[in-house]
Amino acid sequence: MTRHLNAAVQGEAIGHGSRRGYMTGFGLSVVLTAAPFWLVMGHVLATPVQTAITVMLFAAIQIVVHMVYFLHMNTKSEGGWTMMALLFTLVFVAVTLIGSLWVMYHLNANMMPMSAQDMRNAP
Amino acid sequence: MTVHASSQMAIGPDVFHLPPEVEPHPQNGTLLGFWLYLMSDCLVFAVLFATYGVLGDRYAGGPSPVTLFELPTVALNTAMLLMSSIACGFAMLSVSDGRRGAALVWLGVTGVFGLAFVGLELREFSHLVQIGAGPQRSAFLSAFFVLVGTHGLHVSVGLLWLAVLMVQVASRGLNADVSRRLACFSMFWHFLDVVWIGVFSFVYLIGALR
Repeated sequence: MTRHLNAAVQGEAIGHGSRRGYMTGFGLSVVLTAAPFWLVMGHVLATPVQTAITVMLFAAIQIVVHMVYFLHMNTKSEGGWTMMALLFTLVFVAVTLIGSLWVMYHLNANMMPMSAQDMRNAP
Repeated sequence: MTVHASSQMAIGPDVFHLPPEVEPHPQNGTLLGFWLYLMSDCLVFAVLFATYGVLGDRYAGGPSPVTLFELPTVALNTAMLLMSSIACGFAMLSVSDGRRGAALVWLGVTGVFGLAFVGLELREFSHLVQIGAGPQRSAFLSAFFVLVGTHGLHVSVGLLWLAVLMVQVASRGLNADVSRRLACFSMFWHFLDVVWIGVFSFVYLIGALR
């Protein structure tokens, strides 16, 4: 009875994880974590900008790996509502991040120049 | 009137709580609701990431990330949280197999790695404060402490939650209620690992490039 309930509570809601799925996700995560640390600490790529873009790319891939293998995201769970909520949130996250950086960059570009010395003496 | 009569029947005249075998939640309602909470938490972190993105290079003549961040420590911290996450996954597998002892052991492993993560982070924070790089030093450090500190606070509260759930598993067994709570906890824990991917990539690794 308990086992049946457990299966009902977990299986339908967050998808069935399997040992193999977790190990696949873990293996991928280790690689996707180690690679950007190696790139930054070993100064492998030519310019910092290249390294930064690659690091963010690794992060994006690793987030998808975690979503699929650890959080068991798919389009079926809860009748598709978890995926809908995720997509809705991603739109808001994108607007928040890109919008803030964009607006604040232009505000900053239009500010009067100020040295670190000025800043220390600022009230 | 009908509702009143039926609730009277279900609870009885002298009992003022629902009988324990009545499931007050609709099927799967809790887990979808918890997912929505995680998504709203995601927005909280998005705002903090945006703040850090804007203020991350405002040093006010103070120390910059290159001089402050120790990447080997961050790598160790990341490993701790990843190990904690995978242990939590194995705990959930034990729960769905109905193996209570194994579930408790894996939950314990989850907790130990989580504690190591919080410990390392607290050590880093106290070191920064000691060398005069506390949150009040510059806009960069304010944004850094709020973002990383909020994540650390989530992990700490998660550890408290984990401890309560371990007591419940030990005393009540893996019944439907405890299993549902464990499923929520595992979502929370994996979600925090996802946020940490953003933190170590965007804050530490890119910070070290500046």
